[in-house]
Amino acid sequence: MRLVGFLKGFGMFWYEFIVGDDWKIACAVVVALGVAAALVVSAAVGDTVLVVLAVLLLVAGFATAVLVDVRRLSGRSH
Amino acid sequence: MTSATWGLLAATFTAAFVEFVEALTIVLAMGVTRGWRSALAGTAAALVALAVFTAIAGYSLTTWLPRSALQLAIGTLLLIFGLQWLRKAVLRSSGRKAMHDEAAEYAELTAAAAAAGAPRGGIDSFGFAVSFKGVFLEGVEVVFIVITFGLNADNLTVAVVGASAALVVVVLAGLLLHRPLSAIPENTLKYGVGLMLASFGTYWAVEGLGVLRDSGASVVWPGQDWAILGLIACWFAVTRALVIGLSRSGPAVAMAAEEVLR
Repeated sequence: MRLVGFLKGFGMFWYEFIVGDDWKIACAVVVALGVAAALVVSAAVGDTVLVVLAVLLLVAGFATAVLVDVRRLSGRSH
Repeated sequence: MTSATWGLLAATFTAAFVEFVEALTIVLAMGVTRGWRSALAGTAAALVALAVFTAIAGYSLTTWLPRSALQLAIGTLLLIFGLQWLRKAVLRSSGRKAMHDEAAEYAELTAAAAAAGAPRGGIDSFGFAVSFKGVFLEGVEVVFIVITFGLNADNLTVAVVGASAALVVVVLAGLLLHRPLSAIPENTLKYGVGLMLASFGTYWAVEGLGVLRDSGASVVWPGQDWAILGLIACWFAVTRALVIGLSRSGPAVAMAAEEVLR
């Protein structure tokens, strides 16, 4: 049981460290980089187009995560 | 020293300063409520663990990972850290979340420590564990920041000096004042550091995607390192647009206690 507790605590520590307060941000980063990674593997676009698309995906993911939070906070206050 | 070196020094000092201030608040709260022996033992253990982690992670990353894989791994972590900080900055600036307050954080920690029951003799496990976790968590973030900024500028020494100077300043301030450093403009500093982390993280993570190519060559940004300035401007514009939009879209909402303190 102590081992399970230790492993749970260890996992929680790294989750808290890497993912942090808002899992949606980490999710947005992984999805945006995943799409960009697929473009790199397929060699479908050049580097300049790739970085522009990656930045746009990251910005869109970040804005979505913030707006979802705002809706959640607004809903909680009503 | 060149202006780039001063910039690197200022960037690592500021980023590390903000992290160390948070760690100081935790250690002070544990020291006052659970006893200094436990708080300092937790801090010392965290510093040892941090040194071991840095040595192992640093050696492993630089020895076994190709440069582009290193950029992808550290860049992704920095990007997540930076965007978390920017998220909080946007919510705070638009009135959706209370400003971070070290005094309030300190009050919450001391209340939690008091609720954990009276410390028993010897090393108090609560004070030790909370101090250890606080110092180690904030310290690992500093390690990643120093590695990224230092390697990017090809001057790890100056990055280490900047972070070390921040540690000395925070420890001295803590020794002199014996209370949390709530007078510093922490929210503004965190916004600035968030912009830097998100921008460097974006640059490195995307550059590191090149590890997926057969050649393993990093993705090349237009303008190369100058693109980082463009990314800082981009994240600044995005966050300001969100703050303006959210401020106009309605009054600030009432916040739950955990939203105020996080």
